[in-house]
Amino acid sequence: MSRVWIAALSGFALWAGSTASAQTLRIGVVGPMAFVQGEHTWHGATLAAEELNRAGGVLVGNQRYRIELVRVDTNEMTSVTDAATAVERAITAQRVDFLIGGFRSEAVLAMTEVAADYKKPFIITGAALDGILAGRVDRNYERFKYLFRVSPTKSSDLARTSLLLLGEVVQAVRRDLRIERPKVAILAERAAWADPLVETASRLIAAPPPQGYGAEVAGTWRPSATATDVTPELTAIQRAGAQVIFTVLSGPVGVPFGRDWGRLKIPAAAVGINVEAQQETWLKATDNLGAYVATLNTLAPAVAISPKTIPFISNFQARFKQFPIYTASGAYGALYILAEALNRAGTTAADAVVRALEATDYTGPAGRIVFDKTHDVTWGPGYTTGLGVQWIGGRMQAFWPRQWRVGNQTVSYAGVQPYQLPPWVVEAWRR
Amino acid sequence: MLSAILVNGLVLSGIYGMLALGFALTYGVARILNLAHTAFYMAAAYGLFFFLGRMGFAPAALLASLLVLLIALAAYKLLLEPLREHEATVLIVTIALALLLQEVVLLLFGAHFRSVPALLPGFVEVFGVRVAEQALLALLFAGVVLLLAWVFLKGTRLGLGIRAAAQDQEAAELVGISLSRAGNWAVGLGGLLAALAGLAVAPMATLEPHMWNAPLLVVLAAVVLGGLGSLPGALLGAVVLAFAEVMVVNLVPGGAFLRTAVALLILVLVLVFRPEGLFGTAFAEER
Repeated sequence: MSRVWIAALSGFALWAGSTASAQTLRIGVVGPMAFVQGEHTWHGATLAAEELNRAGGVLVGNQRYRIELVRVDTNEMTSVTDAATAVERAITAQRVDFLIGGFRSEAVLAMTEVAADYKKPFIITGAALDGILAGRVDRNYERFKYLFRVSPTKSSDLARTSLLLLGEVVQAVRRDLRIERPKVAILAERAAWADPLVETASRLIAAPPPQGYGAEVAGTWRPSATATDVTPELTAIQRAGAQVIFTVLSGPVGVPFGRDWGRLKIPAAAVGINVEAQQETWLKATDNLGAYVATLNTLAPAVAISPKTIPFISNFQARFKQFPIYTASGAYGALYILAEALNRAGTTAADAVVRALEATDYTGPAGRIVFDKTHDVTWGPGYTTGLGVQWIGGRMQAFWPRQWRVGNQTVSYAGVQPYQLPPWVVEAWRR
Repeated sequence: MLSAILVNGLVLSGIYGMLALGFALTYGVARILNLAHTAFYMAAAYGLFFFLGRMGFAPAALLASLLVLLIALAAYKLLLEPLREHEATVLIVTIALALLLQEVVLLLFGAHFRSVPALLPGFVEVFGVRVAEQALLALLFAGVVLLLAWVFLKGTRLGLGIRAAAQDQEAAELVGISLSRAGNWAVGLGGLLAALAGLAVAPMATLEPHMWNAPLLVVLAAVVLGGLGSLPGALLGAVVLAFAEVMVVNLVPGGAFLRTAVALLILVLVLVFRPEGLFGTAFAEER
């Protein structure tokens, strides 16, 4: 046999061998792809998949698997039914092995029912409602054990963090404006996830220190999550004499709030949750009137929560020319968590992967992720905490946690700056 | 509180008034319940946003208005006039048109929230209430537009024809008024009013492809409240609803999200207890 034939046969054998071992893991990335939340879920997953594939793929047992992402547009912003159908189609027609993503809690509830029906591990990266996992994974483990969440922290933890941010601002009012008992207005969109937060905030604001803030509730306003004008609400808040507005806004109403608040120079500092203000497009969306708005966030420029934060932000910005929102870091982390779990499980069988996922201890761009007994991300010092950010000087700047003391622990991230009251608030109230 | 209700209510009345008058004109004269009316308003706001990136405010506003006027007239000629005798079909076609416009905007601009810079950036205090200068400008603009529309409808031969057609089509035809011509003008004027409302709102609101949904409900409620086909009724209905919304926010802050639902409630109550509305007769006769 000539050398040419030997070389050709060897080449064929190598090619055949590599084809046989080039297994593929199909990961369904679900989200509202026309919206920034879905788009960033896809981008975050894409970045992680590219990195993992470049590094040789995911090692499961003695097989290497290449990750193939399947884009699942759920249209969940407008239709819960569409979302559930999209996930069912992804499982049955597009043959995905695992699912990551999801944003709107109501839709994620429906989507996770489908995933549970088909016993497909689903790592949630965008929805906050406690009840997606609590009361399901712990009460009906066999059915719902396939569900996990890496981001955001559940709404009750978001509530805790946002109330800590509110505490910072109440302190700033007390310190800088010398108002002993500041008035806090609560502006919360009408949505199920916001209700417990409104109730807790009302109680905590009025309770005396050290449990509460020793402040006064100026009133509670509940606009629609899709309201396009909150001028009457802001006028009423101004009339109520509030120095602080505690915002609980995840929907599009966050944008008109920022615009009207900045334009009317309402003399009350805005702090809390405003999902729209978490995005780098905030100032553009509010016609530059959203400066000084403070919100809970996951990432901020130049703030290193973990050694992976800055490299993730840099790579994401280089690849997609945008600053990543929490669904991006969540999806990025979810894919690594899944890859590590597959590696530990040594098989792609769902039940074994679930057990491996339960043993997760992964430090990602947004902090350390360890799942609790409901498969939810653990919140607190040493785990994931979130950030408080404020728009100052045309950029997003973190102001929390900064010397945050919990027991004998102090949490502080490099790059976090002190909170600043808006100048017109200082001007209106300084005595 | 009274001053807050008065000031904010007036500003909102101006916007709803422009929308409701245009809607009432289209129905009154051309007998078209145009559910795409507020989609025209959305298209004008996006048109302004698009053209502003390429030229100054005035030419951008002019181009956006012309674009919407053309869309309205084309929709009337091609889709609505041939079908106007079939009311249910017209409803379906206009809602399809609205959805089509929404999808086109979604395709061209995405679902990201957009904003148009305000012409006047600051605020003034009116009776102790902070009002954005842009909102006062919008109110002034709405006032001028409504006044001009009124002068046109009251003081010109064409306007008289349009009003006559709105009041009694058969009688108007008997005295030689061309219903087709009046319908053309009414649809054009209605589309233009929707576009102008869009231009007035764009610098104060957040632009997103679904922004036509909420005002459509309010406009429908306003014209039913005023009496379908009645132009003064539509204006009055708009004022009543604007003030109702502002009152809900001020008097029931915890139920501020109900402001649009109030419009729906008023709509239902009017249909049940006074189907002819405050000034109209058409709907009652149809029942």
